[in-house]
Amino acid sequence: MAKIIVVTSGKGGVGKTTSSAAIGTGLALKGHKTVIIDFDVGLRNLDLIMGCERRVVYDFVNVINKEATLTQALIKDKRTKDLFILPASQTRDKDALTAEGVEAVLEELSKEFDYIVCDSPAGIEKGAQMALYFADVAIVTTNPEVSSVRDSDRILGILQSKSRRAEQGLPPIEEHLLLTRYNPERVSEGEMLSVEDVEEILAIPLLGVIPESDAVLKASNQGTPVILDDQAEAGQAYSDAVDRLLGEQRPLRFTDVQKKGFFKRLLGG
Amino acid sequence: MGIFDYFKSKSEPTSASVAKDRLQIIVAHERSRRTQPDYLEQMQQEIIAVIRKYVQIESDDVQIQLENTDDCSVLELNVTIPEKN
Repeated sequence: MAKIIVVTSGKGGVGKTTSSAAIGTGLALKGHKTVIIDFDVGLRNLDLIMGCERRVVYDFVNVINKEATLTQALIKDKRTKDLFILPASQTRDKDALTAEGVEAVLEELSKEFDYIVCDSPAGIEKGAQMALYFADVAIVTTNPEVSSVRDSDRILGILQSKSRRAEQGLPPIEEHLLLTRYNPERVSEGEMLSVEDVEEILAIPLLGVIPESDAVLKASNQGTPVILDDQAEAGQAYSDAVDRLLGEQRPLRFTDVQKKGFFKRLLGG
Repeated sequence: MGIFDYFKSKSEPTSASVAKDRLQIIVAHERSRRTQPDYLEQMQQEIIAVIRKYVQIESDDVQIQLENTDDCSVLELNVTIPEKN
C-alpha cells in the first residue's frame, strides 16, 4: 500500500509545485518508488518544473476516462531512479476529475508505488478537494505572510472535515507545516513572521523551513527539482524535510541570520 | 541593530508582531465558525429578515452563537436594535 501525500496550501504561488517536485524527488532518491501527480487540471505546470514537458503524451484525465492506460501516461524521470510523473490535463472542463475516477487511479498506483505525491492546485475548488480527499499525509505549504497563513488554516479545516479519513471516521490525516520563502534577515528586523509565530498560529508540527533562495528560480528555469542542487541552501533544506518525513531527526538549518562583522553591526544595516 | 537604532523610539510594535496579532484573532474567529453547524449561518440570515420587517437593522447587529456543554446546547441570540431618533 502506498502512502498518499498531498502538498496543499489554499493560496497560490507559495511553492506547492516546487515542493511537490523536490519532495517527490527526495523520496525517490531515498530508494522509495514514487509518483508525483499534477492535480491542477487546466493549468499544468509540474511537467515544466520536472523538465519533462516535451514528453507528455497522455495525462491524468485520459487515464480517468480510460482513453489511455496508466503505463502509457506515466512519465519516467530521466535523472532519478524510481521516480514517475503523472501530468495534469490541459482541458478546461472543471468536472474532469471525478472522485470515482481519482480513486481508481490512486488504487492502481498504490499497488506499484511506495509514495504518491499529489500536487494540489490553489484554491478550495474541486481540483484541490480531489487532491486532498484520499490523502494519508498533508504537507501544508505556507509563506510567512498573513494571507498565506490564513488560507493554510482554512485548508486545515477542510483536511479535518472534508477528507475521506474525516468522512469515514478513520484516524485523521497526518498534518505537517512546510514554511517556504523564509528570510531570516527580515524576521530578525521584525518585518516577517517567524517560524515560531507561524507554528503557534497554525499549531501543527513543523516539517521544514525553506529559505528564500535564488536557486529555486534557477532550478525552475532549468526544469530541475531544486533538491538536486545540493550546493543550494533551499536544496539542502528540502533534503532535511524529506528525512524528517521519513521519521529521521534533523536540526533546523538556515533559519538564523548569518553573523555580521563588528563594524557592520556597530553601524547597522 | 546598529548603534543608531538605539536612538529610535522603542514603543512602536514591529509589523511582524502586528501581523501575528491580527492573524491570531481572525484564525480563532474562523475556527469557531468552522465548528458551528451549517444551518446556523442560514438561520441568522432568516432571523435578520424577520426582524427587518419591523425594525431596520444592519447584518452585524445580530450575533448568534451555539455553545455546547456536557448535557445541553445553548443557542445565544443577541440583537442590537438601534435607538429611536
